[in-house]
Amino acid sequence: MKIVVGMRQLADLVEELEVADSGVDIDRDFVKFVSNEWDEAALEEALLIKEQVGGEVVVVALDEPDVDQTLYSAIAKGADRAVKIVGVEEGWTPTRLRAQLLAKYLESEGDWDAFFTGVQAADDLDGQLAGLIGASLGVAHAAVVSKAEPEGPALRITQELGGGTLAESVAEGKVVLGVQAGRQAPRYAPITRIRQAMSSTTIESFEAPEVELGPGPKVRKLYPPESKGQATMLEGDPVEVAEKIVEIIRTKGLVR
Amino acid sequence: MSNEVLVINERVQGEIPDLTFELIGKGRELAQALGGSVSVAMIGDLSSLDAFGGADKVYTVEHPVFGSGYSAQAWEEAVAEVVAVARPKVVLFGTGTIGIDLAGSIAYREKAPLASYVVDLKVEGSDVVAVSQLYGGKLLAESLLEGETVVATVIAGSFPSEAGRSGGSPEVVSVAAPKSLDSLTLRPVAVKEPEKSGVDITAADLLVSVGRGVGSQANIEMLQELADALKVPLSASRPVIDQGWLPKPHQVGKSGKKVKPKVYLAFGISGAPEHLEGMRSSELIIACNTDPKAPIFEVAHYGTTLDLFDLVPEILEKLEA
Amino acid sequence: MPVGGKKQSPVVVELEEATVISKVSGREWDVSGAWNRMFQPRVLSDYSYSGGLGKVAQLDGGETLEYCYGCGKCVPVCPVDLVSEYGPRKIHRKVQTGLDLFASDELWMCTTCGNCLRVCPKGVNMIQIMPAVREVAVGDGKVPDELQGIFEKTFRYGNALGENPRRRHAWTKAAGVPVRVLGSDPTPVDVLFYVEDYWSYHPRGQQAAQAFARTMARVGVDFAILGAEEKTVGDSQRLAGEKGLFDALVEDVTSTLAKYEFNRIVTPDPHAFNALVKEYPKRGFTYDVLHYTQLLSPLIDRMNFVNPINKKVTFHDPCYLGRHNGEYDAPRKLLKAIPGLDLVEMGRCKENSYCCGGGGGGMWLDGFNSNHVSERLSERRVREAAGTGAEILAVCCPYEVSRFEDAAKSTGNEHLKVMDIAELLDEALGGSEGL
Repeated sequence: MKIVVGMRQLADLVEELEVADSGVDIDRDFVKFVSNEWDEAALEEALLIKEQVGGEVVVVALDEPDVDQTLYSAIAKGADRAVKIVGVEEGWTPTRLRAQLLAKYLESEGDWDAFFTGVQAADDLDGQLAGLIGASLGVAHAAVVSKAEPEGPALRITQELGGGTLAESVAEGKVVLGVQAGRQAPRYAPITRIRQAMSSTTIESFEAPEVELGPGPKVRKLYPPESKGQATMLEGDPVEVAEKIVEIIRTKGLVR
Repeated sequence: MSNEVLVINERVQGEIPDLTFELIGKGRELAQALGGSVSVAMIGDLSSLDAFGGADKVYTVEHPVFGSGYSAQAWEEAVAEVVAVARPKVVLFGTGTIGIDLAGSIAYREKAPLASYVVDLKVEGSDVVAVSQLYGGKLLAESLLEGETVVATVIAGSFPSEAGRSGGSPEVVSVAAPKSLDSLTLRPVAVKEPEKSGVDITAADLLVSVGRGVGSQANIEMLQELADALKVPLSASRPVIDQGWLPKPHQVGKSGKKVKPKVYLAFGISGAPEHLEGMRSSELIIACNTDPKAPIFEVAHYGTTLDLFDLVPEILEKLEA
Repeated sequence: MPVGGKKQSPVVVELEEATVISKVSGREWDVSGAWNRMFQPRVLSDYSYSGGLGKVAQLDGGETLEYCYGCGKCVPVCPVDLVSEYGPRKIHRKVQTGLDLFASDELWMCTTCGNCLRVCPKGVNMIQIMPAVREVAVGDGKVPDELQGIFEKTFRYGNALGENPRRRHAWTKAAGVPVRVLGSDPTPVDVLFYVEDYWSYHPRGQQAAQAFARTMARVGVDFAILGAEEKTVGDSQRLAGEKGLFDALVEDVTSTLAKYEFNRIVTPDPHAFNALVKEYPKRGFTYDVLHYTQLLSPLIDRMNFVNPINKKVTFHDPCYLGRHNGEYDAPRKLLKAIPGLDLVEMGRCKENSYCCGGGGGGMWLDGFNSNHVSERLSERRVREAAGTGAEILAVCCPYEVSRFEDAAKSTGNEHLKVMDIAELLDEALGGSEGL
């Protein structure tokens, strides 16, 4: 089975995010960019399938800050090839554009069986990637996937419907999946292996083709939510705060 | 072109979710501003049709394939058909699995703009303005949706659901199932209800809940000890479950369980919108997170920025005393 | 090992009574197992060389585990053994009888403090054995979660705290003296102040960094920092088994250093000091490196003390400054120079100093190891410090302030203040006043 995994970089949410002077994007000069965690789950699921039934895993990403590190880590974890889509304008890339570029790449790649990516990303304002790629390729797609297991040439897909209810379906033919969580947590890539990947692997380049971007939301302003500051902060050292918390639980009659 | 607001019912089986009523309620407000009507698309399971008194019209699509489970492809074809018949001005999805599955592809097919993670909507002239929660709730984006048809996916809990439940008797329009439903490549197999396990976090009056801030599986022991001391189950946010540190039945949030305990103790939980959706209706929320700007403090009644590793042993000590 | 790490007393199972009366002298001889078992040939039926010991001994760095002849001198000096069932000789015996060290929790308990090697007559070198075995475990992806997170952060951001590299010199703003960053002013400098992670980012570390910068300014040292270009030297990551990460850091650190002209490197971090003195030269990079106490102790006569510190102070020797690199005097000289300060020693000091538990990756394994120890090493050490009657525990390793402050709280010794020597000096020299 040949699985292409779409990965991307995203502003690290651990950081303070500042709004740029334009007022419609974050200040990208002062944030760290990390790999989207859901994409890592998608990669893990693809690698598990490769280990089960053989085949090939190709990772592909747009050229974004520190993306090489993400791609080499993927190689170190067991992906066979890495592709970077180059020539895209820097900044907040609409998901729709991302989808159209990846769709062009997938058309050029041709013989793939499945495309996996993360179920969502924290800035995908104009829609989630899997559905948009599925629509632009005219290929079946499913999101919030928690399991994808090979069943002969097909894939049995488990989706979470909320409240713990699971939906199972079988994909016969090409399919695009937005992965929520893999069957296991993403594996560790030892740095030695990442470094080996850096010296022995060449990241392939795919020149971004011209695409006509369809309609999207026009961002008028980006701003931090007004803090409602609802929580009453409990002051004091751990002993005092612990005392207050236990007291609160006690008044609710939940502990003697 | 109509000024109709079309709500996609987020139900595969079981009861109609609150979210659908929230959308109908908000849809009514938008429809009034646009001078149009509100309709609901009901796919597959047509039971509880009479619940939609808050809408003017209900479109139904029936086909045997919906009897065998859920397929995103089948739903996409059916919803696309309803949209083709209704030609709505606004299509509203919830940010649930169905919304995430379909909003993008429906918007793409309709050449319509789409805004995700919406927490507020209003009409401005003939356009719609959406406010979306981005970056895990750290920032809001206000965006303009222009076009003959626009699409939005709305985060659960953004609007009151009562408004969508008011009584009326909507017109029922049966939409012919599209031919494409006979040749699916993504075939539904089954819908499985959650396994009944020993723990039932939804039944507890008090929950000790743990998030990514706990750092590692080994550290969960300490929170387990606290839960044991209080004789309540330990629950968790998604990252903890995804890491395999606790089994799935312990998950609170959109993809886990919705809980409403009398007291919800959140340790190391930042409060992503998906988590808040599952616990914000708890009677009392006490949050412990070292980041004073964590969104959990927006919904919590009491908060502390102490390190949970300093605090939890002290709580244990107090309980033992 | 029992969960909870409670000590078990040894069980004596063999001591048959046996006496023989000499036919020559008529004297009774004790021939029980009490004294003579070592002369009897023993069959180790439960010993598989190819299973455990062989696998370790084959590793580059693992050879010396075989040298152990079981004398046990290492066990009473092992800081971890005092709070758990872990001890170097015990590890040898367990590996000999089949323990898979590569998959065992015990692999991560050694802090590489070096006290066992100091007393070992056979040169069994846990400081090489443990990293070698850990390297294999890391390669197989068998890394405790906590540590894995640290490795990933270090690789990504160049610091173990996962902080933004651009904020590395944020601490300088409140230093009260100008701190030159070489990136923006690359003229030659005498002392390159290699700040390292915890002084750069940890709030208590930043205070020490600011104090040290003021002291350097006061005694007229020409210094500068690398700022955002600095990355950790990576010694603890190496000892925790991520050699590939260390190699990557060596490349980055040395290429940054090659850009600037300086005479010597001064660092507050004994771990960085250790790597720059011992590991970097092996890879062809040699620098003149000093621990900050070594820079300051010859400059005492330039120090104008204005605030006496009339306190009883005890001092904790960092393993990687003392035992590993033989520097016991410089920090003590500085402490004794402070007027009013009364230095008292703990029972375990200098060569036999007790480990804080932070070395060899221990800094990032407190949660993982907590199931196996009855208390943290830092807690034991703090109780020892409090036992001297001291009011201040002085340290000179950036790992220690946070470790010991936590331990002082958890052991009920809040009255014991933990201060870096840099902070004590700064206070005695007037702090932010009169600069």
